[in-house]
Amino acid sequence: MTSSVGSTTGTVGTGELAGTLEATAAPPPRRRRGRGSALRRQERWAGWLFVLPGLAVLIIFLVVPIGLAFYVSLTRWDGLSSPFGGGARFIGFDNYKSLLTVDNLTRQNFATSIRNNFYFVLFVVPLQSALALFLAVLLNNKFLRGRSYFRTAFFFPSVTSSIATTLVFLFLFSGGGAVNQLLGYVGLHGPNWTADSRGVFHQALGAVGVDSPPGWAQHEFFNLSWWDWLSGPSVAMIVIITLVVWTTSGTFMLMFLAGLQNINEEVLEASEVDGAGPWQRFRLVTLPMLRPTLILVLTLGLISTWQVFDQIYLTGNNPATITPAYLSYNQSFQNSAFGIGAAIAFLLFALIIVLAALQRRLIGTGEDD
Amino acid sequence: MIRRTRAPLALVAGLGLMLAAACGGGDSGFSNSTGGNASGGGATTGVKLTMLIGSSGDAETKAVDDATAAWAKKGGNTVTVTPAKDLTQELTQALAGGTPPDLFYVDASKFAGLVKANALAAYGDQMPNKDDFYPNLLQSFTSDGKVYCVPKDFSTLALEINTDMWKKAGLTEADYPQTWDQLDAVAKKLTTGGVTGLVFNDTLDRVDAFMRQAGGSLLNADGTAFTADSPQNLTGLQFVQKMAREGTLKFPKQVDTGWGGEAMGKNKAAMAIEGNWFVGGVKNDYPNLHYAVVPLPRGSQQATLSFTNCWGIAAKSKNQAAAIDLVKYLTSTDQQIQFAKAFGVMPSVKSASTQFSQQFPDQKAFVDGAAYATGPTSLPGFDQVQKDFDAKILGLSNGSSDPKAMLAALQKNGDAALKANN
Repeated sequence: MTSSVGSTTGTVGTGELAGTLEATAAPPPRRRRGRGSALRRQERWAGWLFVLPGLAVLIIFLVVPIGLAFYVSLTRWDGLSSPFGGGARFIGFDNYKSLLTVDNLTRQNFATSIRNNFYFVLFVVPLQSALALFLAVLLNNKFLRGRSYFRTAFFFPSVTSSIATTLVFLFLFSGGGAVNQLLGYVGLHGPNWTADSRGVFHQALGAVGVDSPPGWAQHEFFNLSWWDWLSGPSVAMIVIITLVVWTTSGTFMLMFLAGLQNINEEVLEASEVDGAGPWQRFRLVTLPMLRPTLILVLTLGLISTWQVFDQIYLTGNNPATITPAYLSYNQSFQNSAFGIGAAIAFLLFALIIVLAALQRRLIGTGEDD
Repeated sequence: MIRRTRAPLALVAGLGLMLAAACGGGDSGFSNSTGGNASGGGATTGVKLTMLIGSSGDAETKAVDDATAAWAKKGGNTVTVTPAKDLTQELTQALAGGTPPDLFYVDASKFAGLVKANALAAYGDQMPNKDDFYPNLLQSFTSDGKVYCVPKDFSTLALEINTDMWKKAGLTEADYPQTWDQLDAVAKKLTTGGVTGLVFNDTLDRVDAFMRQAGGSLLNADGTAFTADSPQNLTGLQFVQKMAREGTLKFPKQVDTGWGGEAMGKNKAAMAIEGNWFVGGVKNDYPNLHYAVVPLPRGSQQATLSFTNCWGIAAKSKNQAAAIDLVKYLTSTDQQIQFAKAFGVMPSVKSASTQFSQQFPDQKAFVDGAAYATGPTSLPGFDQVQKDFDAKILGLSNGSSDPKAMLAALQKNGDAALKANN
C-alpha cells in the first residue's frame, strides 16, 4: 500500500530528519507585544519555515500513506498495476461490508484472527506488565548485588531481533525440541507445540469431560460458532504468548524502574515510621505512585499486542495463530486483495482506538482528575 | 526580506514532494496499458534488460547469470539479474509502481491474476519452437486461446522409495506400488516403530493428486465452475484419510520434519511424494540415502501434478523484442539441459527429454509424469481458499476433519473466489 510512495520519495533522508531535530530544538517564537505587526508576521513565517522540514516528513511518510491506504481500502485492487489507473476499481465500502456482513471465507478468517488476537492480548498484557513490575521491584533493591548485570540480562531480549528470538523459540518448541525433551524427563509427553491448533480452554473442558459443544454454543456469530469463540488461545499461540512476554517485559521493566526511582525515598520512610509492612508499603504507597507508569505500560502493551506481526509471520500461515495484522499482509500480498488488506488495517485501527478509550475510561488517564 | 521570499519557495518545494508521493507510480500513474499481444518493439542489440527471478539458491542464480551473460555478449546487450527474496511481493511492488522488470518468473498459480491485470505481453506465438513445449505445461500459461509465455522448466510429483528399507522389509522391485491398494499394503509393511510408511506435506498440492487419480478435478475444463464437491474427489480424499488414520501416512509436522525428503533422510519415512527438487534436496543433506523414484500409483486413472514457471515479459517493457530473443535462447534445448545440470530442473521442451533421461536415468519417473500431469489452480483469491483447506488436512489423521465437509467448504469458498473475479 505505501510501497509506491516509498520508492519515489526515497531520496528524502537524513537531511530532512536532521531538519526535524533542528525544528524541535528551536525555541518558541518570543512574543513581543507592542511591536509592529510586520515583525510578528515575519516571525510567524520563520516559525513555519523551521517547522516545515518536520511537517514535510510527517506528511510524506504518514499523512499521505494513510490517505492512500484509505483510498485503497475503498477499491478492489490486485496490486499488479498502478492504483490510479484502471487497475483499481472504486467500490465504496464494499470491502468493509465483506469483512463485517458477508458470510464468506474472508470474514471467517477475519473473525478467527480477531479471536486469536483477543486471547493473545488477554494473556500477554497482564502477564508482561506483572513480570515487568516484579523484575523492576527486584532490581530497585539497593542492596542487590550486580544490579546492572541483571538489568542488562533482563533487558537483553528486548533489544534482540524479534526474528532471531522467534526462530530460537520455534526450535525450542518443535515436536522433538528441547522443551519436549525436558518434559520427557519428568514423564510428560509434550504436544507438537507450534503445529497444535487446539484451544487450551477446549482442552481444559475436555479434561473435565466436556468434549463437544453444548447446544447453545453451536450457534454461529461472525462465521465462528460460540464454541470456537470460547476456545481460548491455541497451543501454538501459547508459545508466542510466552515468547512475547519474555521479550517485551524487559522494556517495560525499564519504564517501571524509572518510575520507582522517581518515588521519593522520604515518603516510603514515612510510611515505615507509620508502621506499614513491606507488602502494605508496596500496595498502598508504591503502586499508587506508579500509576502513571502503569497506565503507560498498559496502553503501550495494548497497542503493540494488537499489532503483533513478526512472530506470527515466522510461525507460518496457521489459522490457530493468524492475527489481523498478519491477515492484512496475507490478504494483500498473497491473496492479491489489497483493498481487503487495507480495510482490515483500518478496522484494526478503529478497534485499538475503541479499546484504548475504554481502558482510559476504566483506569483513568494517570493525571489527577 | 530574504526570509520572506524563501519561505513560500520552500513551501512549494514541499508541496511538490507531496505531489510526487501521491502520484506513486510517477510516469505510469494514469496510463492504462492494454497488455495483449507483444508488439515485439524495441531494438535487439545494445539493449539493457532487467530480470527478476525467484531463485532456489546460489546454483540457480549463477546458472541464470551465466546464461544471460552469454546471450548479452552475443548481441552487445546487458542483462541485470536480480534474485528476489519474495518474488510475489517484489513483483507486485514493481508492477504497482509502474516500472516492472522486462523479464520475470511467473508461477503457474499466479498466472491468471497477471493476465487479468494486463501485466503480461503475449509472446507465445513468436516462439519458433512453440510446439516443442509440453502441451499441458503451455496450457498453464494460456488464456483465451492465447499463449502468453512459455514454461522455463517444470517438475512433477512422483513416489520416492527408500531402497534400503524396502529390501529390509523383504520387498523387491516387482513390488513397487502401481495401484492404491498396493501403496496401502506396502505402506503398512514399511510402518514400524519410528518409521512411517508414507510421508507427504499436508497441502492441496499433494492431496489433489489423489483426487485426480480418482477421476476428480477442482475446476471444470474451461475453468468456469468449481467441481470440488464431487464423489471422485471424495474417493481420493477418503483414501488419504484412511491411510492417515491407520498411521501408515503421516504429515511432516507429525514426524517433526519440514518435508518428505527430510523425513526420508532422517529415516522417519520409507516413502515420500515430492517433485524432482527431492533429488537436489537430499543430495546435499543426506548423501547416504539410497532411493528409487517411481510414478505415483494409479487410482481409477494415472495422474500427477505439475509445477512450473514461465518467462514472463512485462506488457510495459520497452524492450520486448530483445526480451523475446533472450527467452528463445534460454528455452533452447541445449540451454535447458545446461540448467538441468546446474540446478536440477527438468527441461520444458520435449526435444530435451531423451537427453535428460539418459543423463539422469533415476529421474525418468518425473519426466514421464509430464504426459499425464495437470497444473495448479490459477485463480486470484484462491490462495486463502487453499490455505483454509490445507489447515484441515492434518485433522484427517485424528478424525477432527471430515472429508465431505472439507470438500463442501472448498466448493463454497472456491465458488466465491471465482465469482469475485467475474
